[in-house]
Amino acid sequence: MTAPTTPDVFVVKDCTLAAIATGERAQNLRELRDRLMSIHPGSIYYHFWGGLLRPRFDDPEYNNDFAFWVRHALHDTRLAERLGIIDPADYSDLELLRQELIEVMEERLEEGDHALTWARPDQQFHFVRAQTVSFDTGLRLAQPATMGAAIPSLSLGSIFYHFIDARRREPQGVDDFRAWLAQFGETHAGLYARLAEVDPYFISLAELRQQLARLFGEFFGEPA
Amino acid sequence: MTTLLDHYAAVAGTDVIDHLRQLAAALKGARVVHVNSTRVGGGVAEILTKLMPLKRELGLDARWEVITGAGEFYQCTKGFHNALQGERVELPAGLRRAYEETNRQNAEVLRAALTDADFVFIHDPQPAALLRHFPQRRGKWIWRCHIDASHPHRPVWKYLREFVAGYDASIFSLADFAQPLPHPVYLIPPSIDPLSEKNMELEASEIDAVCAQFHLDRTRPLMLQVSRYDRFKDPVGVIRAYHLVKSFIPGLQLVLAGGGADDDPEGEAVLAEVRLAAGDDADIHVLLLPADAHRTINALQRAADFVLQKSLREGFGLTVTEALWKSKPVIGGDTGGIRLQVVNHHTGFLVSTPEGAALRIRYLLNHRERLLEMGHKAREFVRENFLITRQLREHLTLMVGLLHGMRDRINLG
Repeated sequence: MTAPTTPDVFVVKDCTLAAIATGERAQNLRELRDRLMSIHPGSIYYHFWGGLLRPRFDDPEYNNDFAFWVRHALHDTRLAERLGIIDPADYSDLELLRQELIEVMEERLEEGDHALTWARPDQQFHFVRAQTVSFDTGLRLAQPATMGAAIPSLSLGSIFYHFIDARRREPQGVDDFRAWLAQFGETHAGLYARLAEVDPYFISLAELRQQLARLFGEFFGEPA
Repeated sequence: MTTLLDHYAAVAGTDVIDHLRQLAAALKGARVVHVNSTRVGGGVAEILTKLMPLKRELGLDARWEVITGAGEFYQCTKGFHNALQGERVELPAGLRRAYEETNRQNAEVLRAALTDADFVFIHDPQPAALLRHFPQRRGKWIWRCHIDASHPHRPVWKYLREFVAGYDASIFSLADFAQPLPHPVYLIPPSIDPLSEKNMELEASEIDAVCAQFHLDRTRPLMLQVSRYDRFKDPVGVIRAYHLVKSFIPGLQLVLAGGGADDDPEGEAVLAEVRLAAGDDADIHVLLLPADAHRTINALQRAADFVLQKSLREGFGLTVTEALWKSKPVIGGDTGGIRLQVVNHHTGFLVSTPEGAALRIRYLLNHRERLLEMGHKAREFVRENFLITRQLREHLTLMVGLLHGMRDRINLG
């Protein structure tokens, strides 16, 4: 962590996703693997992260759409479990995530005749991609100590934008909260470290918002 | 002064409304025109009635235009509707000419309103052929298909596709319902309006009065299915499930509530089958309600312990959304948009047979705490995902997206 002379103010943004059908679909595992090899990276992003910002139950059985489909349309529990544990936060690049998915599917294909299990025609996997629109909320924060009080009133879109989507943005590759804290030097190193431990993938955005508010609150001695 | 958006903020949350205001700022003053074929009746008119004032309050210059036509035109568009849903419909050249000519005439009437609009939303096939009469159009034209077009009758789709392929974008409710088109196909599920008569909060006395009107005993368990008398809704299967449970839970009551079947010969036949299956069981109530009985349906949904939607085939299933919003778990058929809404063990149960439905009915009636817990989750699930405010947000997002040339990421500053 290095400290520039004057830290920036934190510009609170918000975002929303539009879901766009790619027209690509799969009805068995081999087709899923094949489509995955060439599908737009925005589709991989959507099927892993998009669930947080689109109509979906907050406590899903599997956190990515590939695992859910393999379980419920192909009835392959073993593969669903292997896909379900993949945490996209572990991959710095969507291409690496794509490779991991293909690898896991290849492995399963080699285990037997899983390529021949067909989903019902009305249960095909539809590849969807996301279009992200971000916008300025007008809210500005000058000091990290004020963040804890502000977080509970931020929209879920803002939480997604600053904590999850930020990781895709170059060159920082980390969430916006940590990127901002880093500008203050070592003063907030403890908080920085605790934020780094938050795994946003297996909780809902509302839970993530609560968790972030609590971490800031605890660090600055405010009630959560 | 309390605005319409304030009323929605009270239900959906202030953060949701703030979010809409900020997103809409990028579209302030945009001229938006929606075009459909009816001002009243049907789900499209219902949603437009609500969306227009909300868009205006957000600063958009929103208008709603309605095309008009005669008998052959509607005969043709009814054929489109059925054909998109898979029925083998033949459309003679005379009907197709009436369709094209009606669109040409309406194009002249609407020329001033549509030529300069920034966004034109064309709803369903009826006005779809307008586009070709506006070669000088300035704005983005979007075709909104509210119909499940997953397995259309191909010759009719081939004909319609010629009219819709030229749009800048289209919208379908679910990926499963969409057809490939040479432009961006947005996916926007429908929504319910929490402030409408169908979904608003009701006084307990009103719910009691409706139950009394239909001789329903509020001290005994009550389950409900709201749907047309249509084989795809499987009302006879619901009665079969009721019979499988009745010996275990003798106090159980079933209400089947649907619209009249006067102009629908098949509906009449299904209703007759339903009455036959119900026999003289005084605890099965087969109700024929008028199309505008929204408050009655609302009261019945609130009076029920849980709701069934045991469809064999379903579009999105807004009756499911309505029930979930009233904190009622839903036992639903494993099909269409029901799958998106009913999450096993959380907001209800997906079933494929009357036996499966019977099993879940017994489970819910024997686990009252779970039933209440699932009902609570169901309401929150709808609050987050299926209120009109979410649909409005997605419309705004689409408009911003189209303005910025379909880039993956659009930063408005």
